[in-house]
Amino acid sequence: MKKIYLDYASTTPVDKRVIKAMEPFLTKNYGNTMSLHSFGQEAKLALENSRQVLADLINAKPNEIIFTGSATESNNQALKGVALRERSESKGGQYKNHIIISAIEHACIMESAKWLAKNGFEITKLPVDKYGMVNPEDVKKAITPKTILVSVMHTSNEIGTIEPIAEIGKICREKGVYFHTDAVQSFGKIAIDVKKYNIDLLTGSAHKMYGPKGIALLYVREGVKIEPILHGGGQENGLRSSTVNVPAIVGFAKAAELCKVEMKKEGARQIKLRDKAIKEILKIKGTRLNGHSENRLPNNINVSFPYIEGESLIIRLDLEGIACSTGSACSSYKLEPSYVLLAIGLKPEEAHGSLRISLGRFTTEKEINHLLKVLPKIVKQLELMSPFKKKYEKE
Amino acid sequence: MKKNSAKTCGSLYTEKVMETFKSPHNYGKIKDASGIGKVGNIVCGDVMWLYIKVDKKEVIKDIKFETFGCVAAISTSSIITDLVKGKTIKEALKITKDNVIESLGGLPKIKYHCSVLAVDALIEAVYDYYTKTKQVIPADLQKKHYIIQKSKDVIEKRYEGL
Ligand code: FES
Repeated sequence: MKKIYLDYASTTPVDKRVIKAMEPFLTKNYGNTMSLHSFGQEAKLALENSRQVLADLINAKPNEIIFTGSATESNNQALKGVALRERSESKGGQYKNHIIISAIEHACIMESAKWLAKNGFEITKLPVDKYGMVNPEDVKKAITPKTILVSVMHTSNEIGTIEPIAEIGKICREKGVYFHTDAVQSFGKIAIDVKKYNIDLLTGSAHKMYGPKGIALLYVREGVKIEPILHGGGQENGLRSSTVNVPAIVGFAKAAELCKVEMKKEGARQIKLRDKAIKEILKIKGTRLNGHSENRLPNNINVSFPYIEGESLIIRLDLEGIACSTGSACSSYKLEPSYVLLAIGLKPEEAHGSLRISLGRFTTEKEINHLLKVLPKIVKQLELMSPFKKKYEKE
Repeated sequence: MKKNSAKTCGSLYTEKVMETFKSPHNYGKIKDASGIGKVGNIVCGDVMWLYIKVDKKEVIKDIKFETFGCVAAISTSSIITDLVKGKTIKEALKITKDNVIESLGGLPKIKYHCSVLAVDALIEAVYDYYTKTKQVIPADLQKKHYIIQKSKDVIEKRYEGL
């Protein structure tokens, strides 16, 4: 049985063309970008060419792209970097200490904000509507003279909702507040223009777009005041000391290039598959779609089945060779349901039965058809074991 | 080291757990049950119902479960029905969560609470049977019942207003 991977939002395989681009930088051109000899200079050249490609993808300048080791690092750098710089500039006096985030940010934003809250900063968490959308008006209202930064993700990693970042960016620019967006899920999938959207900081990651793991970027608009988190040799404009991971960066750039070329066609293809799957899955009685039906990532499906539990569901799917994910409490290491699903108004038991299916470049129609054949059977089996189905049968 | 199958869910569950989860025994309900135990899991909010059918000699002739829960919860549900079937009530009440975990070849620590669910459901089913047949309820059973009920309230409160 050939396995079916439908968890591209977690991570993606590396495209063969990306591997090919990376290879010489692992074997032949392995120099350190800081070295003066030809090995080093070749590596440096590859680094700067890659930076240009990634800058082009979002309409930034190359010197505005900082490479990091992960999206988590980029997000930590963005929040803590801006906050700490603000504080250090105050030289012990008054400083702006207010940061605004949304209630559905990724854990690395949530936890960074929590850490900042412990260290003298004030955090406002904006609510979202039932589709997971932030209201730009709420952003406007939440900004105070003490606000330094607003961070709202571009698209939700769980429910795929696309946030109104252009509006939020505009508001922030008008108010003179920095705007950061975590664009990890949309990077290379939906066109982003940092100039047009008034974005000051943006996070993107390679392994969600058929590049290697362990490489990500932070776009920092020229003029944004930010403190480095890692200190050392002063690489990446002094913002991120560490030996530069050239092969991964070359891979990242190749991946971006491919995404850019294929974006329109691939997006349309995935939307077709996505909508077909959603339509069929919603035929299973009691199922609900989480997130917005149109305003969502081309590759994201998130549904809840009443009265069955998500870990059981994904393991049963896995036994059938299909890989997906869930926001169920049982599957989380904290044994708590997904805060994103709770934030859009789901009850804990509804979050329990949630299933995220995320498509990708290598997903075929045949695979989706197979999923649609297997899934209703598994749901039925688990419903038969559930004490809650009786309520449900009466309907 | 325990052998785990990397084919599915990596090192999380033993093969015995996976086997039981794949084809659980005795699920469904018993229409004319002598006792029903309904418990909820305080940690993650899952639910298990256990039905028992008891004969005149106080032997548990039949037992069935209905569970809303994770792989561990479904496996422990199935295992407890296997452990209990054919035993007298007195013997059945001696089964502990450790027996359940052992029968499954172990559970990850984070999933221990799922096995408690199964044992509690059995206690509640017996309690229900004693009440229905108007028998005197032994003191320690009464005490356990009281603790289980209390934690049930906590779950309900936790989910109130969320
Ligand atoms: S029933 Fe929730 S973790 Fe087992």
